[in-house]
Amino acid sequence: MTTSTRRTAEPFLWLLFSAGGVAAALAIPALLFLFGVAVPLGWIAAPDHTHLLAVLTHPITRLALLALCALALVHAAHRLRHTIIDGLKLRRFAGPIALLSYGAAAAGAAVAAYVLFAAV
Amino acid sequence: MTAPTAPPAPGFQEELLPPRVSLFWWAERRSYLLFMLRELTSVFVAWFVAYLLLLAIAVGQGPDAYRGFLEWSALPVVIALNAVALVFVIFHAVTFFYAAPQTTVVRLRGQRVPAALLAVPLYLGWAVVSAFLLWLLVVA
Repeated sequence: MTTSTRRTAEPFLWLLFSAGGVAAALAIPALLFLFGVAVPLGWIAAPDHTHLLAVLTHPITRLALLALCALALVHAAHRLRHTIIDGLKLRRFAGPIALLSYGAAAAGAAVAAYVLFAAV
Repeated sequence: MTAPTAPPAPGFQEELLPPRVSLFWWAERRSYLLFMLRELTSVFVAWFVAYLLLLAIAVGQGPDAYRGFLEWSALPVVIALNAVALVFVIFHAVTFFYAAPQTTVVRLRGQRVPAALLAVPLYLGWAVVSAFLLWLLVVA
């Protein structure tokens, strides 16, 4: 039965949700402030291309950003899954919604891995 | 089985049927609305991942593509989107660091450490990580 498998997967999903929540909370505000607001508005000069490339191609940066992207996406998928099910009252579609949420997160993580390890 | 002879007691129907809830139940109370706004932070977390990957792709393609990304990111509509996203991710960080200790029981000399006190190192860690990232990207 699907309920038995779901019962075993739930704690793991909540663990990933928490890990993603912490990673997102620690790293995203500063990065979004810098690249989304401060640099575009000219408050801070844009980082040099060579410097940014050096930072992005460092193995630790690749791994850290992949972890951040993957965990943040699973975190978002987990939250969206529950928000869609409860907020829009779609409990009867709980299974497909969960599949779609985590599937999208997994696809996003795969794109992130490709970008961070092959495209940079 | 024989059909029940007595009519159902008052409240019987309500117990069997799920309560009717409006599709906009989350707008009925301030606490519900805050809950929904907190849940919506996930949309902006996902947006940030996309934005970060676009930046990484541009940097990987070379100085011209990076310049193109910077010009695109300076469009008013992109700045506005990122400003809203920033408010939401800060809301996420504040509420997540506040909530995490509530679910964790830490005992010190037999006494439970107050959740508010446990949140302090999390907020400090947030400040340290933020400072490190800004240093790495801007100063270093």
